[in-house]
Amino acid sequence: MKHALNLQVGPVGFRVGSDWRGPVAALRALYRGYPEPDVCDFSVRLEPEQPWRRWLKPSVAIRGDYILPDAAPLALPHGLLAAEMGMNLQMALGQKHYLLLHASAVERDGKAVLMTGASGSGKSTLAAMLGEHGWRFMGDEFALLDFDTGDLHPFPRAISLKNHAIYAMAELASSERFGPWLRGTPKGTIRHLRPRDEAIARMAEPARPVLILFPRFDKAVPRAIRPVGAAEVFVRLTQASTNYVALGERSFAALTRLVINLPSRAIDYSDGSSAIEMVEALWAELGQ
Amino acid sequence: MVRVELDGLTALFHRPSGMTHILAPPAPQLLDALAESSATAAELAERLGRSFQIDGGADEMAARLAELEAAGLVQRV
Repeated sequence: MKHALNLQVGPVGFRVGSDWRGPVAALRALYRGYPEPDVCDFSVRLEPEQPWRRWLKPSVAIRGDYILPDAAPLALPHGLLAAEMGMNLQMALGQKHYLLLHASAVERDGKAVLMTGASGSGKSTLAAMLGEHGWRFMGDEFALLDFDTGDLHPFPRAISLKNHAIYAMAELASSERFGPWLRGTPKGTIRHLRPRDEAIARMAEPARPVLILFPRFDKAVPRAIRPVGAAEVFVRLTQASTNYVALGERSFAALTRLVINLPSRAIDYSDGSSAIEMVEALWAELGQ
Repeated sequence: MVRVELDGLTALFHRPSGMTHILAPPAPQLLDALAESSATAAELAERLGRSFQIDGGADEMAARLAELEAAGLVQRV
């Protein structure tokens, strides 16, 4: 394609090509400092929805090794989001080497906290905040569980911040780490945040998961921590995985092992600082 | 089948179908009893009754067997 960028994120190599310069230029700026892959595992192609839509009301269709036929195209100013969605799509539909969990993760002393929950639960923002408070950010979209070792592999893509989370993180991270404002997207206003340099430098370093959290952000509820039963955790994690069914018995073995060996807690929080306090308190309580 | 106990429930991976099931008692015990050999609902009630308190006898067993049959975990022979 006319414009392209090769990008290593954790153990996965991507090639993102585009018929327009803008999306690749935005991606290149956001992912400054990321290594180039030796091998590209997945390709993403940003193409005009129809040939004439390259110039006339440009409309970006997300294509690649794996496609969703019904995926709606995005306007060209949202081309960076299209590239991000394209990489997510390749992972969700094509990743076979790891059990893929829709979850965020952070690490300290070689041990990882896995955080999962519905969209809007705040798992992404919480991981981003912890990443600015002494934890290594491992990823906010996918956690990659190793079938053989049970370790989590980092997938430290740019953090997708939505709406109020953009302002919360602007107080913690320098402005040069932020991508452009993407207003009026299907998910509201989005701005991407490049992880700290340490998270990028250590993207090949897995960690042993020791705690599973189900965070829930709600301004109207008091802060609370509750244990979650193993069967419920198992069911919720199967629902949070995009390739659990496709990978069959290996998934079952990896996920049951994870659930049996790790404590799990649901945490309700109404602001970032109380969430960080709760995670730190749990970390200390578990003797980590 | 592969089974893992999770807090009083049983996660079961059914190899022929590739499906995962979560079972509550007495379903796992019933599968264990059937592992000995095929049996009628009344025979199963008798087998399970040796180790467990069974309410409802053969009717209860028939209802639970029908659920497991619908899930593809037991077959009529």
